[in-house]
Amino acid sequence: MSGNAALGEAAVLSGCTCYFGYPITPQNELTEYMAKRMGELGRVFIQSESEIAAINMVLGASVAGARAMTSSSSPGMSLKQEGISYLAADELPAVVVDMVRGGPGMGNISPAQSDYLQATRGGGHGDYKTIVLAPGSVQELTEVVPLAFDLADQYRNPVVILGDGMLGQMMEPVSFDNIKPPKQYTKDYTLTGAKGRPSRMVRSLLFDTKEEEEHNWKLVRKYQRMEQNEVRYETFLTDDAEMVVIAYGIGARIVKGAIKRLRQENMKVGMVRPITVWPFPAAILQELAKTVHDFFVFEMSAGQMIEDVKLALAGKGRIHFYGRPGGIIPTPVELYRIIGRHYYMAARRKEQ
Amino acid sequence: MKKVYTRPKTMKEAHFHYCPGCGHGIINRLLMEVIDEMGLRESAICVAPAGCGMLVYNYFDIDTLESAHGRGAAVATGIKRVRPGNLVFSYQGDGDLAAIGTAEGFHAANRGEPITVIFVNNGVYGMTGGQMAPTTLTEQVTTTTPNGRNPILAGHPVRICEVFSMLDGTAYLERVTVNKPAAVIKAKKAIKKAFQCQLDGKGFSLVEILSPCPTNWKMGPVEACRWIDEVMTKQFPLGVVKEVS
Repeated sequence: MSGNAALGEAAVLSGCTCYFGYPITPQNELTEYMAKRMGELGRVFIQSESEIAAINMVLGASVAGARAMTSSSSPGMSLKQEGISYLAADELPAVVVDMVRGGPGMGNISPAQSDYLQATRGGGHGDYKTIVLAPGSVQELTEVVPLAFDLADQYRNPVVILGDGMLGQMMEPVSFDNIKPPKQYTKDYTLTGAKGRPSRMVRSLLFDTKEEEEHNWKLVRKYQRMEQNEVRYETFLTDDAEMVVIAYGIGARIVKGAIKRLRQENMKVGMVRPITVWPFPAAILQELAKTVHDFFVFEMSAGQMIEDVKLALAGKGRIHFYGRPGGIIPTPVELYRIIGRHYYMAARRKEQ
Repeated sequence: MKKVYTRPKTMKEAHFHYCPGCGHGIINRLLMEVIDEMGLRESAICVAPAGCGMLVYNYFDIDTLESAHGRGAAVATGIKRVRPGNLVFSYQGDGDLAAIGTAEGFHAANRGEPITVIFVNNGVYGMTGGQMAPTTLTEQVTTTTPNGRNPILAGHPVRICEVFSMLDGTAYLERVTVNKPAAVIKAKKAIKKAFQCQLDGKGFSLVEILSPCPTNWKMGPVEACRWIDEVMTKQFPLGVVKEVS
């Protein structure tokens, strides 16, 4: 199954009852899958007039109590940022998928990781954050989708699934057995018509600056809870590692191939793969920095996650970097050569 | 003694923030009167705009969401698709619906979403201080058309009802005003018809209300009401523009 279609089925099984989307490559298979499946199930599907409309339909469906999702790719994600900011301000759950492609501007339709900063820094206006899940395989996509819906409901906050064109379009065997029926959440904020209760209002306009500041601090406390409880990552051969690569999503998958080759030549390279890129797994990097001196960041961008690695290491160790922006997908052999060269140079530096 | 007038039950006990002579207060009251009379308080969900109408949730005692500028029809679409049994309406100004939110309004109308748009047309951006709106009349002076709106540079006033009437999804479109008692009664009837149209599942309904803005028109309230009759209705003729039986 393609990643896009698998994501769609996972959303259906996770109790997503509303999907709104606008065509953009490389995520069209998801919109098309939802058009078919949601129709079969009598759920809501709208091909909207724009990404802006789609995210606002999500907001409407969410405030009405539904599990709602939209998806797009980089240029479309820029358009959705207004709505994501409102979702965060209104404290409404939603799942937003970004199958990243090369940028900036129109860029191209090849896989890329150049939306990292947009995704992990809020992306729209105002002080807010979204949990950002970055799966590395089609199977893992099916695992993060139910998680994304649950986290969105639990924290009443939009959750972003950060994929890329490769993850969306590649075909892999996949099992959905891990997806359990959706949990029930008490929704005492939804607009359902004020039947037998006082009327409710959902708004983000707070003219009183004191009230707005208090609202901001309330959001910050929520984001702190996310940072404490929702960090997810995978470590790969870090126990004896002398160099640790940090890579996420499909980039990490290519790195894994490279590390297997490096290990055959006794180069002790391991990897930390953030699954949540926000909140970022800073603690494990700080822990590793007690014994490891060399860290290597690989991204399919000109260097965005490297900022989080620098913040996490806070001056400890040495950070190496290799990036391929513009939609280029390096091969494991290319990464094996580059990482190997840096490993060799680091070893020589230690000898001196 | 017979009580001839009282605050609608669904109107909160709050003071309007609107300027003297503004039409929003009348329109707010009419909406709540209609909701009371149709028994829809427990069903209605309102989508408030950005602009002078954004604080309606301080006055409406019904479930209300404040949407981003111009996105009301898209948000209302999301709500209505989840809760088809509820009365869902958006309250939008001319900048909101006819400029930044044209796409959302147009396509909700074209899909025939069974929602109602209450479109308050006062020909200016009121809340931001009286800039040109898409509905500003030719030669009308605003803060961004200091020499009057020149159609060669700034385009022509947009007739939303007429534009939307070409779309197959629209079921009921009427333009009214609230500048005198007889007009207010007509406006109320139009709102009632639009809501009924939604409840009957006929499609998209919209009531455009020409509303005085004495502050930004730099007129007295009486003069503003007269100006609607004498000038504004020439560009925006009153009456039912479309009604699907």
